[in-house]
Amino acid sequence: MKRLLWIPLVLAVLALALWWWLAHRSNAAPGMAEDPAIAAMLKDPTVIAKGRYLATAGDCVSCHTAQGGARYAGGRLLPTPFGNVPSSNLTPDPQTGLGQWRLEDFWRALHSGVGRHGELLYPVFSYTSFTKVTREDAIAIFAYLKSLPPVRQQATPLGLRFPYNVRATLAAWRALYFKEGVYQADPAQSASWNRGAYLVQGLGHCIECHAPRGTWGGVEPRAPLSGGRIPEVDWYAPDLSMQAHGGLQGWSKQDIVDLLKTGQASKGSALGPMADVVVGSTQHLRDEDLQAIADYLQSLPARPKPLTTKPSFDSKPLIERGQGIYAQRCASCHGKDGAGIAGVYPPLDGNATVLEPTGMNATRAVLLGGFAPLTQGNPRPYSMPPYAQQLSDADVAAVVTYVRQAWSNRAAAVEERDVVTYRHTPVD
Amino acid sequence: MPQHNRTWRGWRTRPPYTAGMGRAVLPFGYRRIMSWVLVLAGMVAGGIAYADQASVPDTLKQRIAACTACHGLHGEGSPGSGFFPRLAGKPAGYLALQIQNFQRGRRHYAPMEYTVRQLSPAYIHQIAEYFAAQQVPYERAPVPDIAPSLLQRGQQLVSLGDPALKVPPCQACHGKALTGTEPSVPGLVGLPYDYISSQLGSWRTGTRASAAPDCMAIIANRLAPTDISAVAAWLASHEVPADTHPQPAGSITPPLRCGVLDAAGGGS
Repeated sequence: MKRLLWIPLVLAVLALALWWWLAHRSNAAPGMAEDPAIAAMLKDPTVIAKGRYLATAGDCVSCHTAQGGARYAGGRLLPTPFGNVPSSNLTPDPQTGLGQWRLEDFWRALHSGVGRHGELLYPVFSYTSFTKVTREDAIAIFAYLKSLPPVRQQATPLGLRFPYNVRATLAAWRALYFKEGVYQADPAQSASWNRGAYLVQGLGHCIECHAPRGTWGGVEPRAPLSGGRIPEVDWYAPDLSMQAHGGLQGWSKQDIVDLLKTGQASKGSALGPMADVVVGSTQHLRDEDLQAIADYLQSLPARPKPLTTKPSFDSKPLIERGQGIYAQRCASCHGKDGAGIAGVYPPLDGNATVLEPTGMNATRAVLLGGFAPLTQGNPRPYSMPPYAQQLSDADVAAVVTYVRQAWSNRAAAVEERDVVTYRHTPVD
Repeated sequence: MPQHNRTWRGWRTRPPYTAGMGRAVLPFGYRRIMSWVLVLAGMVAGGIAYADQASVPDTLKQRIAACTACHGLHGEGSPGSGFFPRLAGKPAGYLALQIQNFQRGRRHYAPMEYTVRQLSPAYIHQIAEYFAAQQVPYERAPVPDIAPSLLQRGQQLVSLGDPALKVPPCQACHGKALTGTEPSVPGLVGLPYDYISSQLGSWRTGTRASAAPDCMAIIANRLAPTDISAVAAWLASHEVPADTHPQPAGSITPPLRCGVLDAAGGGS
């Protein structure tokens, strides 16, 4: 019964949204000339250079570039539980890109999640985070995008299912999950902490992956950056707290900086989508910004002690089998003691990616193998063999369960049926 | 500190080799011998600890374990199953281009796309050179039982092509001895039946592509399905020549315009 109470509420929000949408739609006045002062800023090489740095910090290019496509020209299909949303063309092409956009249009998109014609934007575009970006930084990013070579690339049609393809439904979503507003500095904290918080919460949009999501795909604000399953891609973005029971417990500030700069740290390596983030974005950040991010992450609150759930089956034989496979296939690189080899092979003992609650990261790492992130600091990375062809689902479950419970590790067992699922996750 | 965990832990748990020396009253000779034994033991133990830390050779071979796990340490492929193609001795330009095609989404095979997704052009080049330089004997994969008439058709396509279908002979680009042409045309000899037929099939379905104009896609679409079996069977059963090196660059006149050859300058 309690659930039914939602219906009138949602309808009311919908009606409100429709009114709001119609009201805002008439506001759009495309084709108006840019204010001369703004126009001058948009041509300023210093502003453009700053914008380039900020666009890199936001990793805009990773979503706004199709595989093998022109940079920033959009067309990448972003999978969501509600269907695919194609990214838009950010190059200044007049017909298919931002050519006719004025700063005000860009600001409204970035800050309010509203398109040039007043349409509500799908939050795959993380304006939930980008709303925290200052106007000054937004101008710089816009100047940089305007300086790109224009690429003509028609938008791919939306792949959303009904009712999600009705944009007005977004008003309800926004009422639940979107709080508009530029980042407000906390005067009690240091300048570095505030810079870190600004980057993490704003352009970095870290929370879009590193947090659990609710039924309608919104980020749950209760425990910020406490880790979450990334929708549709079967990777788990670990808890970023460095305090007790956090995913990065035991990490030093330098470890954070190392991981973001080189993709590798003494406590673990970036994997899956985070490897792409390091390669495309964080390795290019200035050291003081990386330090600032570490300062902020270090202040995230301690987490409640996780519930240790007993497996529904006797996992002892599984662990014994896994130990044998580990000795045979894994120990030569990761060490019998799971300590890895500094700078080459990541440790598995105490590794956040091994210990995340679902086990999907370790399972997929075993199946896929792959290279450590290729960065300026590590231009010829070592790699791990993929075991998808060599190990059965049962073997993978065994070795992952062993690794998750060996040494100081205490994480839940992984079952064969989980491995079956992850084996068939499309690789994006 | 954590970086050195491994070494430190090893040293700490092991008692120093001088521990206990000089405490017990022992004959001089025994003590001297014992001390040497302990010194040697210490060196061996130290050596093991050292080897442990340094057991990761700084070689490309060690770095590319992700490649060699399937394609073989020397790029010999998996001749038994024919699933993982041989890389050894193929022109480096060809190999580098294939990695880039996987990155750009021209070739589709999810594990390859994932593995090579972020490799830099410089690293790709090194990896391609490594496999191009490997010299390992060809192992033959089993060829399905195929009617002699079909094999004959295969031979005809390889050496003469089919003017009616506007299909040029394979030899025109892949070399007289079918060992490929530098820098970007791969050899066809010694490849398994399954691999050749599935690649030709991939060109027809668009899961394998190359720079436009994609001449191999054009050719694969002009062939009949039986032609694909015929040409794959003939190539897979053809004796591998003693010299498997690719022909020198510039030694062919491509019968079709090929984007790959334009870009890599492989044609004349």
